[in-house]
Amino acid sequence: MSSLISLLQAAIYFGTVIMLGSLGEILTEKSGNLNLGVPGIMYLGAIASLTGSFFYERAVEHPNPVVCVLIAILCAFLASALGGLIYSFLTITLRANQNVTGLALTIFGSGVGNFFGGSLNKLAGGVGQISVSSTSAAFRANIPALAGLGVVGDVLFSYGFLVYLAIAAAIVLQWVLHHTRVGLNLRAVGENPATADAAGIHVTKYKYLATCIGSGIVGLGGLYYVMDYTKGTWANDGAIEGLGWLAVALVIFTTWKPIQTVPGAYLFGILYWMNYYIPGLTRYSQEIFKMLPYVITIVVLIFTSLRKKKENQPPANLGLAYFREER
Amino acid sequence: MILTQTAETKASAIQMRGITKTFGEVIANNSINLDIRYGEVLSLLGENGSGKTTLMNMLSGIYFPDAGEILVNGEPVIIRSPKDAFDLKIGMIHQHFKLVDVFTAAENITLGSQQKGRYDKKEVARRVREICSKYGFEVNPEQKVYTMTVSQKQTLEIVKVLYGGADILILDEPTAVLTLQETEKLFSVIRNMRADGKAIVIITHKLNEVLAVSDRVSILRHGEYIDTVNTKDATEASLTEMMVGKKIALNITRDDIPNKEKRLSVKHLSVMSPEGVKVLDDINFDLYSGEILGVAGISGCGQKELLESIAGLQKTEAGASILYYDASDAAEKQLIGTNPKQIRNLGIHLSFVPEDRLGMGLIGSMGMTGNMMLKNYADGKSLFLDRKQPKDLAEKIREELEVVTPGIQTPVRRLSGGNVQKVLVGREIAASPAVLLTAYAVRGLDINTSYTIYNLLNEQKKSGVAVVYVGEDLDVLLELCDRILVLCGGAVSGIVDGRTATKEQVGALMIKR
Repeated sequence: MSSLISLLQAAIYFGTVIMLGSLGEILTEKSGNLNLGVPGIMYLGAIASLTGSFFYERAVEHPNPVVCVLIAILCAFLASALGGLIYSFLTITLRANQNVTGLALTIFGSGVGNFFGGSLNKLAGGVGQISVSSTSAAFRANIPALAGLGVVGDVLFSYGFLVYLAIAAAIVLQWVLHHTRVGLNLRAVGENPATADAAGIHVTKYKYLATCIGSGIVGLGGLYYVMDYTKGTWANDGAIEGLGWLAVALVIFTTWKPIQTVPGAYLFGILYWMNYYIPGLTRYSQEIFKMLPYVITIVVLIFTSLRKKKENQPPANLGLAYFREER
Repeated sequence: MILTQTAETKASAIQMRGITKTFGEVIANNSINLDIRYGEVLSLLGENGSGKTTLMNMLSGIYFPDAGEILVNGEPVIIRSPKDAFDLKIGMIHQHFKLVDVFTAAENITLGSQQKGRYDKKEVARRVREICSKYGFEVNPEQKVYTMTVSQKQTLEIVKVLYGGADILILDEPTAVLTLQETEKLFSVIRNMRADGKAIVIITHKLNEVLAVSDRVSILRHGEYIDTVNTKDATEASLTEMMVGKKIALNITRDDIPNKEKRLSVKHLSVMSPEGVKVLDDINFDLYSGEILGVAGISGCGQKELLESIAGLQKTEAGASILYYDASDAAEKQLIGTNPKQIRNLGIHLSFVPEDRLGMGLIGSMGMTGNMMLKNYADGKSLFLDRKQPKDLAEKIREELEVVTPGIQTPVRRLSGGNVQKVLVGREIAASPAVLLTAYAVRGLDINTSYTIYNLLNEQKKSGVAVVYVGEDLDVLLELCDRILVLCGGAVSGIVDGRTATKEQVGALMIKR
């Protein structure tokens, strides 16, 4: 029983990182931009939040938890949105190839992350020394009255607020996309920009905003990783990159539906951590289980491609640049 | 606000004065004047490429004129974007529908930033039904667009424009994709809209429709404004003459080659498009050695499919037969069911120049040598490529056809259009074909380069090749070709003798329905 609870908890920690990454990427892809820079942008969000909180915690003697949280979120969102802005400028304004730009951003982001991560560690006194304990604690704070409710409290209420915020974000994004005019216009831009343009929708503005805000949300996934998942520390181990790609896979798994990232992300989490809870596995056979999220993504891809249901397909113009006077 | 009065005093909706638009060196519209009035249907008549759609796209905000002025309701306006057009109550129904496939009809209608207020699907559906009952449309607001027929999509487009409050409607070739019954239905709603005081423009090249539905006709030819006439004073003959113009003498040489032999025999050739529309309908003709067979027709009447069927690139309907008669042993060979490579090896060569020139046949980022190798890469015996032969061939073509290029390794996309076409045609000719299929070989070329291509084709003809020349310019077809096959809506509407046929005769066949 306790091992089942800890598996569910691990799945939810893990799932929240990729859920935020997926939600941001869904928003981006709905505008027709295939941003493969998700891992890089997660790195940007992670390192920016860590840097911001590190200097704040160093500057004051008794860090205020609210200020800690605000600084971390602001830094993460802005740095990631800036990454999205680079991507937008290259692919929308200069019409560079989206795949190449996204991959470049992934390499750039992980470079930036690991470079400054190393620097911060050095400032903090050596490898593995950095710790923003106050900020991390603020992010991990739960309501003791609820968290203490035995099994229910452990499974449902033992997490920091970002876990719930991510679920709320999924619901809000789903609602915006399908029940507001802005969402309708955004989906039209991703499906058929020429049509959207002819209808008087500002295609470029929608693409820029969706990509930058989407990247900001992806960056929060990175923030959650350093502040909650690794409890305010930094290691140059490339773990964020793996999570970033899983977020991209989750976008496909959910067939571009924000609300489905909630079960999807937790399912990925369970599959990823299951190997720890199955007795008799060796270090090597464990790795096979870590592969499962990717395997089921491929299976989902095969089924949606076979069924050809229009509603489950990616935005029709995904990956393509738009230029009005093209003949 | 809208006045519905007698024909003489109908209020002017749009006046275009001296509108000019160029794309690169091509003049699409040269100083065009046009009057659009409320409570009236205006037909904009002209052949393909005469600049009709370009002109109207300047009203819908897709293009911006280089010169000239546009007055809406008597006021000079500047239309920079579709949104500007929308604000001026101008709505255009494009030939390629601007609809989002995965959206419902109602979602497509409500799309756009111009509609303010809360997003209320029920209210949208209610207003859609209101418009439908007013003009006689049939639209289900909840239906997804990808499940609709072409006619339903078009109806949706019109409702969308009306929903947005447009008073001036422009329909680009609205009947091109419709069946006869659907066309009748469309005309009846057009008449309802006219009775309601809307200004309507129909872009078309079909004379019977012009006469059936419009009040006035404006004619464009090669980007020039020709005239505007009242429909009741016009006849098919008078409109045809204005549309195709007087014959111009070009002095292209045309030799008569004796001892023609039958090379190809096409029988009952039909092709369906992926959308299930018949694009070729029971085509029958013979092709002889030592002749140039011209193929005339409004573009999109099956020219591409005809050539591709012969070259083995099209799936044909059952019952079709394309027989090839070999020159050496007079043996008959059925081409249907063989693959493009086998057909090529028989000596049937296709040189198709699409709108973008490089789309079919050449690879833009490769040099001349690389493009020569595309067709004979499989010839070599060794593991490694033989670059010597294609290089020699490239040099030869460059020299003989006077291709202007910095070097044969320069990527062909950097060459000018004429030179690209010389490379393409030169490569096909170099394979010493028995049948040479060319389409739009002189598209976009200047006059001298065009003559170079005509001479090349004439030389081929003299050496006994059967040449098919799909062309756009009737004057050229009439001077270059021995016989002219006219396509209309995927069917052969006539085969005429190039030496005796008149321009009016071919023009009439092109639009025969």
